Amino acid sequence: MKHVLVIGGGVAGMEASVRLSQMGYAVSIVEQSDKLGGKLNRWHSLSPDNSNASDLLGKLKSQIHQGIHKHLNTEVLSVIKNKLHFVVGLSDGTDLKTDAILVSTGFDVFDAQKKEEYGYGIYDNVITSADLEQIFRDEDELKTTSGTAPKRIGIIHCVGSRDEKAGHTYCSQVCCITAVKQAIEIKEHLPDSEVFCFYMDLRMFGRKFEDIYRDAQVKHGIQFIRGRLSEAFENPDGSVMLKAEDTLLGKPLKMNVDKVILMVGMIASAKTKKIKELLNLQIEDDGFYSIADTHYESTKSSVPGIFVAGACTGPKTIENTINDARAAAIQISEYLKQ
Amino acid sequence: MAKDFGYTISCDRQIDFDKLSRSMYLEVKKAEPSVDACISCGTCAATCTAGQFTDFSLRKFILLLRRGDSLSVIQSIDKCMLCGKCQLVCPMGVNTRGLIYSIQVISRRIECRNRRVVNKM
Repeated sequence: MKHVLVIGGGVAGMEASVRLSQMGYAVSIVEQSDKLGGKLNRWHSLSPDNSNASDLLGKLKSQIHQGIHKHLNTEVLSVIKNKLHFVVGLSDGTDLKTDAILVSTGFDVFDAQKKEEYGYGIYDNVITSADLEQIFRDEDELKTTSGTAPKRIGIIHCVGSRDEKAGHTYCSQVCCITAVKQAIEIKEHLPDSEVFCFYMDLRMFGRKFEDIYRDAQVKHGIQFIRGRLSEAFENPDGSVMLKAEDTLLGKPLKMNVDKVILMVGMIASAKTKKIKELLNLQIEDDGFYSIADTHYESTKSSVPGIFVAGACTGPKTIENTINDARAAAIQISEYLKQ
Repeated sequence: MAKDFGYTISCDRQIDFDKLSRSMYLEVKKAEPSVDACISCGTCAATCTAGQFTDFSLRKFILLLRRGDSLSVIQSIDKCMLCGKCQLVCPMGVNTRGLIYSIQVISRRIECRNRRVVNKM
């Protein structure tokens, strides 16, 4: 039985493992943390249907059966390529002989502290979209640091994305819809609050995304201001003053808010850089893996026998990540049949 | 006549959310709820006959109301001849003609209110 090693046990890695196993291949997953699921473990609800992240995680996990070997808390230490297969040394002492490798090392969340002018880690009432998901997931209330319900909330799009200075010139795709989703969730929790989204463009590319944006305005009264946040200052009472240009009016604008939520983007993971060295893979300027053909072979890497899937080849929605994982399974199967 | 000292004092152009009041927008919204669907695309302003000769722009007026700068809107809203071309082109289904009419009515009401206050003084 031919063997496939999957590096990274997030959404892409889990889904591809299940599909490959169903096709009759022996599969091992290597995961650096103590559980499968990756970033999905830290998310509360998903766009566009507001389904529970934990439901999807449960669905993915339920398919991972005994036949799939899990190596949790494990790292890949060495890879040697022979003519026919790869010999992989793992940190748990295992030496694996594998016929193909799927790399699904996902993404890291942009470290908002790098946008110093936004005050994350400096001003107490500035949090990230990932922090807010955690609050919702823990069934906590969104509160200011003085314990009151925030009356006015500013949501900042494109934090770490479309930003040459931050080193990431690309769009992270999911943040716009996440911002609108979170804005609606905040309004549902705090109906008397005012929520403002500061955006450069609203990239509502997915099915139903535009409808959600319309609902945000019409049903929930969320307000959208076209203009990138230039700087944030903390007031003595802990509220934060935001400065931006209202680019549709051509006027500078200032606003005091009780809470700021930074929509952090996706960046190539630290793991991606590490695995790149071990496997001699190519990455592009954006830090994500190169693929053989954008349209036709999106899960083939630059090295024969090594495949890539999910957000390690660029920011993706979960929907696209799962499709990518299935595509990878088919592409691996074709390769192994040769 | 004022003496020319070689400099002038500029008005503050900044939109200050803590000073401006959005009450007129809320009043307009009550009269014409479809205003909330506006996404500032500018189609209305591009097709507007009044906009070819003046600075009339419905897109801008909706934004000014949303930001709480009602005065600029009150001063300019009567330039509209209510031809309704903007309504034909609006992609979001905003009842633009009804909206402008509502803004005109509310503007007049506010002006009357202000005049009464002035007369009492």
